[in-house]
Amino acid sequence: MTDLQLPAWAGWAMGLGLLLFIVLVAISVRRNHGIKRSIFAAPYSLWMIIFTILPCILIAYYALTDANGRFTFDNFSSFWDSNHIMRENLRAVAGDEMAATVARGSVNVDTLVYSLWMAFLCTAVSLVLGYPAALFMADRKMKLGATLVVLFIIPMWMNFLLRTIAWMSLLEDNGLINAFLQWIGVGKAQLMYNQEAVLLGMVYNFLPFMVFPIYTSLSKMDPKLAEAAQDLGCNDFRTLYKVTMPLSLPGVISGITMVFMPSVTTFFIPRVLGGGNTRMFGDLIESTFKTAGNWNLGSALSLIMMILILISLSILRKADPNGEGGGIV
Amino acid sequence: MSEQPRMIYLDHVSKEYDGVTVLDDINLYILKKEFVTLLGPSGCGKTTTLRIIGGFEYPSTGRVLFEGKDITGMPPYKRRVNTVFQKYALFPHLNVRDNIAFGLKLKKMSRAEINKRVDKMLDLVNMSGYGKRSVDSLSGGQQQRIAIARSLVNEPEVLLLDEPLGALDLKLRKEMQLELKSMQQQLGITFLYVTHDQEEALTMSDTIVVMNAGHILQIGTPKTIYDEPANAFVANFIGESNIIRGTMVRDELVCFSGVDFPCVDSGFGENAPVDVVVRPEDIVIVGEDIGQLTGTVKSVLFKGVHYEMMIESHDFTWKVHSTTMQPAGSRVGLSIVPFNIHIMHPMKEEAR
Repeated sequence: MTDLQLPAWAGWAMGLGLLLFIVLVAISVRRNHGIKRSIFAAPYSLWMIIFTILPCILIAYYALTDANGRFTFDNFSSFWDSNHIMRENLRAVAGDEMAATVARGSVNVDTLVYSLWMAFLCTAVSLVLGYPAALFMADRKMKLGATLVVLFIIPMWMNFLLRTIAWMSLLEDNGLINAFLQWIGVGKAQLMYNQEAVLLGMVYNFLPFMVFPIYTSLSKMDPKLAEAAQDLGCNDFRTLYKVTMPLSLPGVISGITMVFMPSVTTFFIPRVLGGGNTRMFGDLIESTFKTAGNWNLGSALSLIMMILILISLSILRKADPNGEGGGIV
Repeated sequence: MSEQPRMIYLDHVSKEYDGVTVLDDINLYILKKEFVTLLGPSGCGKTTTLRIIGGFEYPSTGRVLFEGKDITGMPPYKRRVNTVFQKYALFPHLNVRDNIAFGLKLKKMSRAEINKRVDKMLDLVNMSGYGKRSVDSLSGGQQQRIAIARSLVNEPEVLLLDEPLGALDLKLRKEMQLELKSMQQQLGITFLYVTHDQEEALTMSDTIVVMNAGHILQIGTPKTIYDEPANAFVANFIGESNIIRGTMVRDELVCFSGVDFPCVDSGFGENAPVDVVVRPEDIVIVGEDIGQLTGTVKSVLFKGVHYEMMIESHDFTWKVHSTTMQPAGSRVGLSIVPFNIHIMHPMKEEAR
């Protein structure tokens, strides 16, 4: 029992939050002769302003300035065309002819497209694996369903990094699987540091986020609806297709969102299991900040990512306006 | 009714869940075009019986026959019966029209024909013009009508209705009772109706099946069930009644409350213990000196059509309905005409 002190900043945060809260309640009581419920959100709102909204503004600021703090769109140009700045510099010193020799094209766009593709694959595989699992878990007649729910939850109690690193010990050259392959006489295979390993890691980590929203919307469904479909002439397959699946759509949509979002932005899984052979957008942002030290380009890349996520969220929100799939979207 | 052929026949059907018997050796047949009501308290097995006929449950033992053919193990979608579910079970992702057309679309019917039939059904349930509405926007009564239309449009041989009016308010329920009855007569479809509401059963049915604890207690017309209940449970469940233990002195003479009453029943033997039923409206209040029984009025309630009085004689408190009020505390005489005394075999104590 050595170091159980409260960090000073946490104490300050709690104290300030409490103070703010009391002040606001007092104001509210005087003005409205009662407590407005929105008051209770005040401490969190303050937290959010400091740690979410302010950083967003900072990201936008960095994205729209150059290293000297001057306003510029160069960072975005560099997104479309990696060598944009180099070419412009060359144009200034050596003229248009020399500038034209600098190749066009963009590593950034390629990485983004590749990330989206991997995220799409991960989402599709998760959906194909996850929907039947959720269907099975939600089936009231299956006593095994409840057990399966627990089995799905248990890995989530483990740390995300640990889970991914655990895959290394399975997949590496001297890992468990290769040992087994050698033992049955197939011989070693290159299982790690490729696209398949990254996809496997992503599906493994994000599958529960697909299963649970679908499971929730399926188990909320009135079993009488499936009976009604049967009564009106649907066999088991048609019941699934015409009633169960359309009604679980909100769950499917939030499942897709919850898998797709972290898939696009993940950088840890491709780094560990892809070993630098596969580069995803999250990875790129991270190395732009940390390795290249280019905060301006990194911010621009982050902003582009954020805008893409916002667009896809708003599309998905339209498909599930009531937030029936757990209201995650 | 007996000239009609048998539609459905439950042949020694029993059902157990995890060792608990919910239906015990049910034998029941339902005639074509008949309106049959399964009546009983909750947990009596009436809904299970309906679900076995619908195909949602399979009997543990026994057979289900449909027009003489064994359909015991047939899945619901192959049966020529349709169900109106208790809470309607309308598909929330489809509008009113698509809900009704659901069954027809599965039958590969032409679009024009489907539209024609759906319109006809909307008309039948007085919901024309609601086709494009979402089912969530409808009131309970309207949803009920759509649920009925969705089932009837498939022209089932038998329509199963599982407490379809249970969620509606009293006035709407009474309206729907009459509408359902007239629909049934108009379409000539067999209705099997489940309810715990005895008044609903009496109003609508051709035949009432009274059930309790997985057993059928009595099958008969509403009038038979009301006037000649088979035992104390039926008498108690259908309408209000005074049930008193008595002794059949000999044919057409019964003794209860220490007084011999002439009655019209016979065949119980001499000095046999019996249950006696007298409906509250069949007890006549007379002068204290000329009554067969005497008693004191303990309480008076105004019920609209009549007064309900609790009248205590020396060993029994009688419930009496009368249009003339006797003030509480007054001494009165009670008289019962022989025709209104109904004698039943006594029920075993635990079955009460």
